Amino acid sequence: MSRVAWLALLAVLLAGFPWIAGEFYVNLTSQIFIAAIFAASLNLLVGYGGLPSLGHAAFLGMAAYLSALLYLKLGLGHWITAPIVLAATTLMACVFGWIALRATGLSFLMLTLALSQVLWGTAYRWVAVTEGDNGLRGLTRPAPFGISLDDPAAFYYFTLAITVLAIWIMARFVGSSFGAALRGTRDQPRRMSALGHNVWLIRWITFVYAGFWGAVSGLLFVYYNKYIHPASLSLTSSAEGLLGVIAGGSGTLAGPIVGAALVMILKNYVSAYIERWNMLLGFVFVMIVIFMPDGLVPGIRRLWARWKAK
Amino acid sequence: MTPALQISGLKKSFGGLPAMDDVALEVMAGERRLIIGPNGAGKTTLFNLITGDLPRDAGTIRLFGEEVSRLQPHQRAHRGLARTYQIITLFPHDTLEHNILLSLLGLSPARWSAFRPLARHAELYTEAHRVLGLVGLAHLTRRPIGEVAYGERRRVEIAMALAQKPKVLLLDEPLAGLSREERGTVKQLIAGIPREVTVVMIEHDMDTALDMAERITVLHYGSVIVEGTRAEVVADPKTREVYLGD
Amino acid sequence: MQFWIVQTLNSLALGGLLFLLAAGFSLIFGLMRIANLTHGSLFMLGAYIGVSILKFVPNLWLAALLGGVAVAAFGGLLERLILRRLAGNVLGQVLVTLGVAYIIADLCLMVWGGDPIPVPTPELLRQPIVIGGVAFPSYRLVVVGIAIITAIALYLLMERTRLGAMIRAGVDDMQMARAVGIPVSRLFTIVFCLGSALAGAGGIIGGPILSAYPGLDFDMLPLALIVVILGGVGSLLGAFVGSFIIGAIYTFGTALLPGLAYVILFLPMIFVIAFRPRGLFGKVTT
Repeated sequence: MSRVAWLALLAVLLAGFPWIAGEFYVNLTSQIFIAAIFAASLNLLVGYGGLPSLGHAAFLGMAAYLSALLYLKLGLGHWITAPIVLAATTLMACVFGWIALRATGLSFLMLTLALSQVLWGTAYRWVAVTEGDNGLRGLTRPAPFGISLDDPAAFYYFTLAITVLAIWIMARFVGSSFGAALRGTRDQPRRMSALGHNVWLIRWITFVYAGFWGAVSGLLFVYYNKYIHPASLSLTSSAEGLLGVIAGGSGTLAGPIVGAALVMILKNYVSAYIERWNMLLGFVFVMIVIFMPDGLVPGIRRLWARWKAK
Repeated sequence: MTPALQISGLKKSFGGLPAMDDVALEVMAGERRLIIGPNGAGKTTLFNLITGDLPRDAGTIRLFGEEVSRLQPHQRAHRGLARTYQIITLFPHDTLEHNILLSLLGLSPARWSAFRPLARHAELYTEAHRVLGLVGLAHLTRRPIGEVAYGERRRVEIAMALAQKPKVLLLDEPLAGLSREERGTVKQLIAGIPREVTVVMIEHDMDTALDMAERITVLHYGSVIVEGTRAEVVADPKTREVYLGD
Repeated sequence: MQFWIVQTLNSLALGGLLFLLAAGFSLIFGLMRIANLTHGSLFMLGAYIGVSILKFVPNLWLAALLGGVAVAAFGGLLERLILRRLAGNVLGQVLVTLGVAYIIADLCLMVWGGDPIPVPTPELLRQPIVIGGVAFPSYRLVVVGIAIITAIALYLLMERTRLGAMIRAGVDDMQMARAVGIPVSRLFTIVFCLGSALAGAGGIIGGPILSAYPGLDFDMLPLALIVVILGGVGSLLGAFVGSFIIGAIYTFGTALLPGLAYVILFLPMIFVIAFRPRGLFGKVTT
């Protein structure tokens, strides 16, 4: 089958999914979409930029909290909050990127982690604004063009549309000349700057860009849950995104989507049967890193190539 | 006339050990300059300081009269400075074509385009193929670097620098590790570089290198000890001292 | 007046505990290039193991010693069995250490339950020391003393012994260290065990102040992280100075502006990173 045929089949499946699947699965798939945008945006940094961020939840959580606060404290509607939230979170990414990119490698990782931990700690402690451990409740989903998104199928299509758009734009980003330069800075930063590329600026733009898409996933996240808790800003939240990227295959387009689906399914499905979710999550981390260091997508591709060669 | 490259009082030390000690150098536009010196003389360090790969401790570096020593490496590249590396520094998983593209992008405004697919920049591909043709690798454009021979990689190294149409080109041991025939090819390639390009070359192998240069600078322990025409340098007793250890 | 004195002592005591945690974290990071996210968990594990040891041996110092040894053994196993396989895989190591941190957290929850377990202050140190009418909690003074003694001991280890010279060589230039024949592999295990031991002992020594509770691990980890960023990777002096700075900022921040303690914590870090990316005393830039 050709690539077009595969894509058509996938499109039909995705479009028809709410007709054949129950509510639980429709909701689960919506959550997978949101996690996929999050992981794909993180993959721009980790996979294509070689910048190991462990603080990406900062953008998801910040966008979610801002959206919730603008509604709860100021009573603003979704049409106004969404652009404000995206702009403010992207601005935060500008600042965080400037700080974190003072370093590269492991120190970059520590800085991103530290920055996101500050937000997490603040969400926990600044009870007067964030309600602390109780989280913010009483939120609503938007109703674009008068269509309420409270219905699982309606929310599914809304999220699907945004996810397809987001993944498409990110794919264009990766395939553009800027994307080529970004991969160049990952592989040979010194050579790239000798060739006239501004390595720092390329990385910073990518950081901000990834932050923007992280914010988009954060908006969808808070729309879906109608609730936000500091846990969304936590190290675990960042690490789950990173795990999705690595499990699926970093530096590939499909990898983070597959990986995010895997993590989300484990989280929603397995945790219903297993009480000790944290323990399981820990084992999943260790197992994936040790037994699937390259990720699923490159692994399957390799198997596929071997099978075809026979 | 303003020199293409003018260095004065250049200093650099690593952990208290001077690697570059008050070096002055003037290379005129279009000149072919050879830098020689024993191992550890600081030849590659000199290149790294000129390109900005390493920050200098003191001194000035001018390109066509413009002081560039405070500029970032990429800014110096935009002012017409290009280099090759002694240790081949390419993008091993990418094709030859893609390697040249990255070089062309470095100076092209297209590098900031984040939506239009790279593949649609046809003019870049045409140019990349032209440059690869120049170094005799047109038949390998789609081959990944990792799959081509060492000598061919050396030529890609040079092609990446040439693709930028530099005004000043620094070649760091372009003949290193090549067989006799390959040396011939690469020497021809270097000889064919347009006269308006200023070329500064580090080379170990005196026999092959001497006839390529007009002026020669001998570097020893981070200092210039002899400089002059080929005949002057060969005749100078200090050259013998350095090379023969008398 | 009493407020300032108590808070100052609290910050010093927290600084001391942070040093026990951050010194190992920094050495492991500097030498092995691993951001060991289990480090906070090792601290918590030390606290819990100490609690259990105290049931049989009612002596806090002995419990700290035994707890330190137990946690060191655990750290050694972690390094040998898992981290070693992932040499050079930065992200892999980070995720694995995080995964192990989750496992430890859940195991502790299973074994010791969800309620905080207070650790009694040693009998002799329960009485505050009164100087000029002001009462100083004596245990906290002792904790500061332990941190200073540990710092001196580590300094002597690093500067005056063969082992320390090898560690310093490794932190400065790993390739060179390998080239001159330093047994890098064994060195890694030793440093990992040493760092784990300090964290574990720190956990139980911190017990009378912090007690042992679920979440102690991820309360301490970010603080250690910021200490190391601030002080500089691989630098003992940096860990020492950074610990007391962060201990003070965090303690006073929590007391005066409880909601924004984390934001205040983050300001000096930004400041240092902006002007000195390698931290106050760091030599290594990554």
